[in-house]
Amino acid sequence: MTDVAVRAVRLGKLYRVGERQPYNTIRDVITASARARLRRLGRPSNGSAHDPSTEAKSMWALRDVSLELREGEALGIIGRNGSGKSTLLKILSRITEPTEGHAVISGRVGSLLEVGTGFHPELTGRENISLNGAILGMPRADIQRKFDEIVSFAGIERYIDTPVKRYSTGMHARLAFAVAAHLEPDILIVDEVLAVGDAEFQKRCMGKMGDAARSGRTVLFVSHNMAAIESLCSRTIWLEGGRCAADGTSSEVISRYLATCLSVLSDHVWPEPELAPGNDRVRIRRARVRPEQGEPEDQISVATPFVIEFEYWNMREGARLNLSLHVYNEHGVIVFNAIPTEELVWHGRPFPRGLFRDTCHVPANLLNEGVHRIELLVVADSCHVIHRMEDILVFEVRDIDDSRDGWYERRVGAVRPRLAWETEHLVAIDSTASGDA
Amino acid sequence: MGRTTSARHTTTVQPSSGWVAMRFGELWDYRELFYFLTWRDIKVRYKQTALGAAWAVLQPVLTMIVFSVFFGKLAGIPSGDVPYPVFAFAALVPWTFFASAIALAGNSLVEQERILAKVYFPRLIVPTAAVLASLVDFGIAFVVLLGLMLVYGIVPSAALLVLPFLVLLAAATALAVGLWLSALNVKYRDIRYAIPFAVQLWLFISPVAYPSSLVPEPWDAVYGINPMAGVIDGFRWALLGAEPPGATLAISVLVTGGLLAGGLLYFRRMERSFADIV
Ligand SMILES: Nc1ncnc2c1ncn2[C@@H]1O[C@H](COP(=O)(O)OP(=O)(O)OP(=O)(O)O)[C@@H](O)[C@H]1O
Ligand SMILES: [Mg+2]
Repeated sequence: MTDVAVRAVRLGKLYRVGERQPYNTIRDVITASARARLRRLGRPSNGSAHDPSTEAKSMWALRDVSLELREGEALGIIGRNGSGKSTLLKILSRITEPTEGHAVISGRVGSLLEVGTGFHPELTGRENISLNGAILGMPRADIQRKFDEIVSFAGIERYIDTPVKRYSTGMHARLAFAVAAHLEPDILIVDEVLAVGDAEFQKRCMGKMGDAARSGRTVLFVSHNMAAIESLCSRTIWLEGGRCAADGTSSEVISRYLATCLSVLSDHVWPEPELAPGNDRVRIRRARVRPEQGEPEDQISVATPFVIEFEYWNMREGARLNLSLHVYNEHGVIVFNAIPTEELVWHGRPFPRGLFRDTCHVPANLLNEGVHRIELLVVADSCHVIHRMEDILVFEVRDIDDSRDGWYERRVGAVRPRLAWETEHLVAIDSTASGDA
Repeated sequence: MGRTTSARHTTTVQPSSGWVAMRFGELWDYRELFYFLTWRDIKVRYKQTALGAAWAVLQPVLTMIVFSVFFGKLAGIPSGDVPYPVFAFAALVPWTFFASAIALAGNSLVEQERILAKVYFPRLIVPTAAVLASLVDFGIAFVVLLGLMLVYGIVPSAALLVLPFLVLLAAATALAVGLWLSALNVKYRDIRYAIPFAVQLWLFISPVAYPSSLVPEPWDAVYGINPMAGVIDGFRWALLGAEPPGATLAISVLVTGGLLAGGLLYFRRMERSFADIV
């Protein structure tokens, strides 16, 4: 038995894009071929078969991806939208053919790409379990044997004889995952299951995938949930524009990924005052977010105190300026508005012309995880907004492992404070007394 | 966990070039899926329609009544030695099977696009299961045909023994046409709208409402190019004691064989891009 479960060599996939719909009607084909013929008539000397217009309409969704995965290894795959993650999984699960390169896969593959794979809405949950098991290549005897386990894992006992079209999206996904999780394939391929389902179900999914990995199965897991990837996979690859940008331990690859995702927006410098945003009263020179301690490019987590810093030119002698920051979370909620009322030296005083720097200190355990945006307002005389910039900074506050406590979904809420808390055992229940009553 | 009991099998994925291998062995590995997809197609059809299995009877019976009144009585189309209703019904049973099988198979891939985009299995199973599912309706209608023959006191001859072969020929023809249509349908979505029209035309060029003896002498063998002509003439021969179809049937078998081989090759060739197009 070989030790390598998946060996991919320079996989590439070329997609034709451009037209609104990839499939044609016969009319389109006729008109297109007529047009091509006319074009050829127009340029008889052009002997080259290479048509630049087809080149423009194709796109490498995946290019040059090589990968070797040992048996029992759990691999996370991350990357922006459209970076080729699903394409890679589709090639490895044989749904689509690579355009170049090849992959050797040893063992039975069970793949779960998105949700509700292969369910027929008219059939009941029970019937769909059998059908879906067969589609995923599960022997009938196995389906029968695991039937009760699948139903209880999905938690849909009461709906088992209801047509699937009456299921909620979440129930649909639970059933789909339950079937796939009980396939016991040698290689489990999972694409973003955690996007649906409630927190409790997500936890069970993660548990099941963890079990699969621990029992020696190979897992390939695509997700945008970095916490889930980090806790399940020891190794992660990062795809960028269809190419493999990094391959290494999960924590390392994830922090590099997040850093490049956002660094462009967490530090802006406009060295030339004439070209800087602003007007004849104020010009911005620099805006950045950095951790209170350590390197400026270090990640900010929920447990990191950090500073928001602005440098700006005051162009008018004697202006009474103050900055006002609106910090938005990714839901568009203003988490807080900060103004320098606690600032002692300059607040409320007339500013001479020149360069100023304001630094706002944000304590640890205030913001929740997620991407935050800052809107900057420059205010004169405490009431006139003289300059306003939306999204001047965008930065991510990361989750950290130790405060999650086995909870894989993000904690809800705009803020995530750590609050003092006491639990006291006040009265013990006497077991003999309560048992007799 | 039983993972080590069977030898680990290794799969290679790579771009296939030109005409690809048929991989019939793989179909055998997926035989359970054949069963499930066929079963599903039957179940869904009977669940979705209020009349359920009654459709399988109503469709050919109503057509037979209309044909008997308009073609048999009013137009006076000859039906040989047997009464016109049973003459028409013996053709309508295989015809209805063929018509519903190609419609079901032709649209099968497009209707399964969600599965095609997300799971791998040999795609050939999808249209084949659709044809197999249509055989159930055929079985029900066939029982009605036997009842009708009983009513008219028609006893089949020894030619009845070729009937299983004729059913196979009808199924092979339906599969051949279904493979072409389903693969083309993925690429050219107007096929979907062309199917009902094509079925209608095909009905008129097949000897359903009239005997193929109406076709004049030099053309009757050529008539077998329409494989359904061979099938229908064969049914009338096997069940009603009509003239043996001879050359017509032989040509039909050849045409079906060619159509099926071409359909399989075309389907396999197109198969690799199905998931990208749907
Ligand atoms: N069938 C297809 N036809 C044409 N282009 C496609 C097809 N499928 C994917 N693409 C393109 O290939 C690229 C990669 O897509 P892919 O689905 O692999 O991205 P992804 O990394 O999974 O993104 P996401 O995070 O949004 O799921 C995208 O630009 C997409 O538009
Ligand atoms: Mg994707």
